[in-house]
Amino acid sequence: MSLLYKIFFTPFVQMAAAPDLLVQTLWEGLVAGVLYALIALGFVLIFKASGVFNFAQGIMVVFGALTLVGLYDLLTQYGLSIPAVAAFVALGLTIAVMFLLAFGVELMILRPLVNQPDIILFMATFGLTYFLIGLGELVFGGNPKIMISEQLYLPRGAVDLKMLGGFVSLQKIDIAAAIIASIMVAGLAVFFSKTRIGRALRAVADSHKAALAVGISLEQIWVIVWFTSGLVALVTGIMWGARSEVSFALQIIALRALPVLILGGFTSIPGAIVGGLIIGIGEKLGEFYWGPLLGSGIESWLAYFIALAFLLFRPQGLFGEKIIERV
Amino acid sequence: MFYREAGQFKTSYASDEAVFPIRQDKIGIIVILLVAFVAIPLFGNGFLLQAVMIPFLIYTLATIGLNLLTGYTGLLSLGTGAFMGVGAYACYKLATVFPEVNILVWILASGFVAAAVGVFFGLPSLRIKGFYLAIATLAAQFFLQWCFVRIPWLVNYNISNAIEVPTRTLFGIAVVGPTASPQVRYLIVLTIVVVMTWIASNIVRGRIGRMWMAVRDMDIAAELMGIRLLPTKLLAFAVSSFYCGVAGAMMVFLWYGGAEADTFNINQSFFVLSMVIIGGLGSLLGSYLGAALIFILPILLRLVPAELGMPLHPATAEHLSFIIVGALIILFLIVEPHGLARLWQLAKQKLRVWPYPY
Repeated sequence: MSLLYKIFFTPFVQMAAAPDLLVQTLWEGLVAGVLYALIALGFVLIFKASGVFNFAQGIMVVFGALTLVGLYDLLTQYGLSIPAVAAFVALGLTIAVMFLLAFGVELMILRPLVNQPDIILFMATFGLTYFLIGLGELVFGGNPKIMISEQLYLPRGAVDLKMLGGFVSLQKIDIAAAIIASIMVAGLAVFFSKTRIGRALRAVADSHKAALAVGISLEQIWVIVWFTSGLVALVTGIMWGARSEVSFALQIIALRALPVLILGGFTSIPGAIVGGLIIGIGEKLGEFYWGPLLGSGIESWLAYFIALAFLLFRPQGLFGEKIIERV
Repeated sequence: MFYREAGQFKTSYASDEAVFPIRQDKIGIIVILLVAFVAIPLFGNGFLLQAVMIPFLIYTLATIGLNLLTGYTGLLSLGTGAFMGVGAYACYKLATVFPEVNILVWILASGFVAAAVGVFFGLPSLRIKGFYLAIATLAAQFFLQWCFVRIPWLVNYNISNAIEVPTRTLFGIAVVGPTASPQVRYLIVLTIVVVMTWIASNIVRGRIGRMWMAVRDMDIAAELMGIRLLPTKLLAFAVSSFYCGVAGAMMVFLWYGGAEADTFNINQSFFVLSMVIIGGLGSLLGSYLGAALIFILPILLRLVPAELGMPLHPATAEHLSFIIVGALIILFLIVEPHGLARLWQLAKQKLRVWPYPY
């Protein structure tokens, strides 16, 4: 009885008693959710266009951020003394590296493995993960690095808002992350619905064969899609790196973003965003209000159980296309 | 020329349905077993036994377990590491609560605990499929690993929060614990793995295996043909988790000699999955080949530079081996997406028709 009381009553009393704390928790959940959504977005883009479940998305986040920081270090060593210039040159070069990566993936993995079962392609991205981990550590070293957020003019510090009889403290970098993520999503939406390439992308997502038949080059589309998702990964890496630091531990957040995917559906961009927010907020609320009941650390699996609960009612995710099977 | 079945006539159904219908295969398997049971423990040094053969066999067993689920039944699972962990923790708990019962009994019995847990986490498989299911099984991975850390009862309230393997004997010879010799442990692991492979090969050839394969190929069609999906899928989860649980228990008791919760992390799951896919989905031979390639390759890669007289910094060698293993996984998939087992099949076919291929 007292356990039920603790589960169904006490947390809500706590919420009502300290609304500022509730708002603070919601905000933190929201920010985490935005970043989860960004990672999920990278997954969804690739899954829609090439049918590949890209396990390497997490390491692409790390690889992008590491390349940026590493190149910045190199540039400042070799004479570019103005930090801002060096930072933006490094950013440009990193984008070029991500393009090369997309090109290489298309050439070395997607093209030879075209028309293979999904699980084979999944395994290939697994190999890619190993490859990128080794390459990143070999070139840039395995030590955690500090993201060059000042040089990229990312804001720092916190804003304190006075509300609901208390203070809510918002990190400026979190606000920036939310804004940049929104701009990025809006930009992608426009890109997909209004441009010629965007239409071609959607055609490929609908049916590879039909797209080929009307003269769309699959190779080109794949490079573009992997490049786009590399850019999304880079942005995620910058934002997440600015919040903590750039290290290989970051790839664990990609595993955190997987429940977002099953919640939103593999093929839905709105699903990735809404799913990200639900998971982010649910995770933080659960950890803060219900976590003490079970001992801490429930963050690691709570998201999966939230997603599973949704899945039992909608097996294709909230926004996924209905799976129709024929015999 | 030497490898063909010409002149070997089958006079009964039993001989036609034998595991190895070709005489050369029988001789080959006997030779391999002789080498494994006699030559390796006699002539192998401690390094070969402890660092190569024992882990290779244990991973093979886990790979067979996952192959039964993913390769034969078509259910993708990423919770292997956790199921191995369940086996290990169950074995530790049982062995310390009932110390008078022989440890080998508990190693096998711990598989049943893992099977029960596997069935529970297999329940969503009826509703969701494919990669959705794979991610759902990740819930098992993270939840169980959290349990290993947070429930001190599992490790008898050890301060170190880790399993420490006690010494146990069989016929007066230490088989587990710090005093057990590598030879003894190797022979026990080998026996268990060979027997369980034999059982698995008979399961997949029989009614149950055919039901699993029907479900894999198309579950709706299988259902229409009268196969009940829920028991079939859950049975696959149970048998698979049983194998993984035994592998986990052996890993701790006969290889590591101790373990903490992080031993059974998500990388373990991915490691085993890559063995399944590289070896060949739906092939027991492939499980052996995949485990050999994925486990032994990095060891060889670390030995090569030293042999060639190019001393590499250990960290650099580690990173290089990551790069090479990653590239090789992709390369093998491109060369033969159906895995090493398929390569062996093709080679066998070439041998049979040699020297007149047409």
